[in-house]
Amino acid sequence: MSKKSDMTTGATEARVDFVHALKDAGLTAALAFALFLPLIGFLTVQDFSNNLVLVTRWPLLFLIVAVIAAGRLGYSLVLAPRRAARARKPSATKTPAWRAFAGQWFTPFAIGFVIVYPPLVIMTAGWGGAVKWLDNFGIQILIYIMLGWGLNIVVGLAGLLDLGYVAFYAVGAYSYALFAKEFGLSFWILLPIAGCLASFWGVLLGFPVLRLRGDYLAIVTLAFGEIIRIVLVNFVDLTNGYAGISSIPRPTFFGIPFTANDDGFAATFGLEFTPLYRTIFLYYVILALALLTAFVTLRLRRLPVGRAWEALREDEIACRSLGINTTNTKLTAFAMGAMFAGFAGSFFAARQGFISPDSFTFMESASIVAIVVLGGMGSQIGVAIAAIAMIGGTEIMRDLDFLKHIFGPTFDPTQYRMLLFGFAMVLIMIWRPRGLVSTRDPSVFLKERKSISSDLVGEGHG
Amino acid sequence: MEVFFQQLINGITLGSIYGLIAIGYTMVFGIIGMVNFAHGDVFMVSVFIALIAFLFLVTWLGISSIALTLFVVLIVAMVFTALVNWVIERVAYRPLRGSFRLAPLISAIGMSIFLSNFVQVTQGPRNKSISPMVQGEFVLFTKNDFQVTLPYKYLIIWIVTAVLLACFWYLVAKTPLGRAQRACEQDQKMAALVGIDVDRTISMTFVIAAALAAIAGTMYLMNYGVVSFADGFTPGVKAFTAAVLGGIGSLPGAVIGGLLIGLIETMWSNYVSIDYKDVAAFSVLAITLIFLPQGLFGRPDVEKV
Repeated sequence: MSKKSDMTTGATEARVDFVHALKDAGLTAALAFALFLPLIGFLTVQDFSNNLVLVTRWPLLFLIVAVIAAGRLGYSLVLAPRRAARARKPSATKTPAWRAFAGQWFTPFAIGFVIVYPPLVIMTAGWGGAVKWLDNFGIQILIYIMLGWGLNIVVGLAGLLDLGYVAFYAVGAYSYALFAKEFGLSFWILLPIAGCLASFWGVLLGFPVLRLRGDYLAIVTLAFGEIIRIVLVNFVDLTNGYAGISSIPRPTFFGIPFTANDDGFAATFGLEFTPLYRTIFLYYVILALALLTAFVTLRLRRLPVGRAWEALREDEIACRSLGINTTNTKLTAFAMGAMFAGFAGSFFAARQGFISPDSFTFMESASIVAIVVLGGMGSQIGVAIAAIAMIGGTEIMRDLDFLKHIFGPTFDPTQYRMLLFGFAMVLIMIWRPRGLVSTRDPSVFLKERKSISSDLVGEGHG
Repeated sequence: MEVFFQQLINGITLGSIYGLIAIGYTMVFGIIGMVNFAHGDVFMVSVFIALIAFLFLVTWLGISSIALTLFVVLIVAMVFTALVNWVIERVAYRPLRGSFRLAPLISAIGMSIFLSNFVQVTQGPRNKSISPMVQGEFVLFTKNDFQVTLPYKYLIIWIVTAVLLACFWYLVAKTPLGRAQRACEQDQKMAALVGIDVDRTISMTFVIAAALAAIAGTMYLMNYGVVSFADGFTPGVKAFTAAVLGGIGSLPGAVIGGLLIGLIETMWSNYVSIDYKDVAAFSVLAITLIFLPQGLFGRPDVEKV
């Protein structure tokens, strides 16, 4: 009897819920319609006499509104009750065994994989097809992993949001390009010089602003990044402005150039010439640089300065009351981060052979920040995974030809890259504010190493 | 001297647009302590909405009266932009209110990237330009063959800005909503205890901020007649500079800061270098934050444990 009455109340509840959900979905649809009416409902195009005219896109608008309404309905009917049920149950706190196992073996496996990646690619894709996989998917991603790790020192460890990081990348790139062209110095001599110069600029720009609070600091670094870009554009005598610097000398294999000549790499080692040797060499160079960044970061975290960074991120006032010189601590983080950006920049210039201010816009900074934020501030593996997902994802999007069949020949999936970046940043802040990989291994521990759920640390307060 | 006068007129016009955007930054910062990084892009969205409304009225409905068109465009832009900002606040900022300190800023940066790319994807990457809405000018005086002029559109910008600022001042100073806003600014928990709906007040702040940005957007469209998806970033940073210069959290400060930034920019372009005009505004931002972080009219920022 009681069971039956329970069932009936359950049924009425479900029906009421359904009506409520329908109403909710209708409201959402109305809202979405009003929201997207101007920008999606109408398209401004130029007609033949170059006047702007409006074209309507009702099907697209109604499609989007319908998708949103259906999504909302699905959420309130299926997902929300499930979530409520899960919230009622006490959740298990113990980490599953497979995760501990994965955590232990993931890093050595990943490093092993990236080392054998070039031969693996050549074996599977052949000498001709390997260029794309090594250059677009290997070197490109590794540059962003390195930049992400470098910025991770500033954002993830020291908790300073730097929106002008690409400025230091630009300093590295331009210093390599200019020194190599004007003085004919080699890549290996210029790499540390570029790093030092970027680091010097980091200190120079950082010194006056590091007293500022978190969000002010972010905006000022953005302003500095833009100032450097504007100077690069307008200081035409030095940087050649928008046209950029071309035919930058390429790196050599300890003095042996990668050319088809008799003194080239292939001839010296008695191999058949292929341009792929340079790509493989560059791949290992950037891999070594990226691993150096990770290694230095890991080591620094154990030094007093690294611990001071993390303490600073957690609570600046407590830090100051314990006698930590916050300005110096922030400055070292800034300089370290800038140095690695300088390394990456000079590698970038050497790899491209051409640089222009277009490569160093705010959007580039924002992408690097997005990678660090999505990966989990402070987590090396997380940043690497985010860089692979975002940069590799962009490269994959370029190849998705079947989308052109669905959406028409003018459809270009790469346009949606930054759209997705921005959307992902918002989502990740709401859903997992600590990023995808949010557990931290403490760098200093007593007796036993315990993983700390990042929910327990109040990062960024202060 | 005559060039100086002309630049003064240009600077005040530009400054009123910056001032209107700057109020949005300063209000939001005052009430929830967050730098609304996406505000510049909300402004850009409002320019697009105004553009579409204008084209709708002129090419579809064939309205030829400039005054009526401008009025309707202004209203439409305000309503739709307010809606956009309301939704943004609900979706991207409200869930983060208890999160760590950089979370809302990062979310706002994400929103800013999203908005500019959304407009790029939906409206195309090219500059959108329309023929000038208002033509003609007053010639104030002529000296050494140089005419100092006050174009009608500048006059419209000044009048609209002044009138709407007065309305807005009334709203904040005299109405219950304004009182609630000022209460939330001082102490949100206490305001909630005395019966103020804090969430609603914050939503209304975003709505008002967006409406002011939409006024700026309409004026911008009328003045320049050209817009692209990337046009939110630089005015956004400059308006933020204005808010900081005036003292963030202070409403008269934002307006005066905006005028100052407009004047600095036009004078700099005229007397120093037009290529580096953005450098001037960005340097003002850095210098203000370093040497005068509380701005001209702001209260000093007291650090509490």
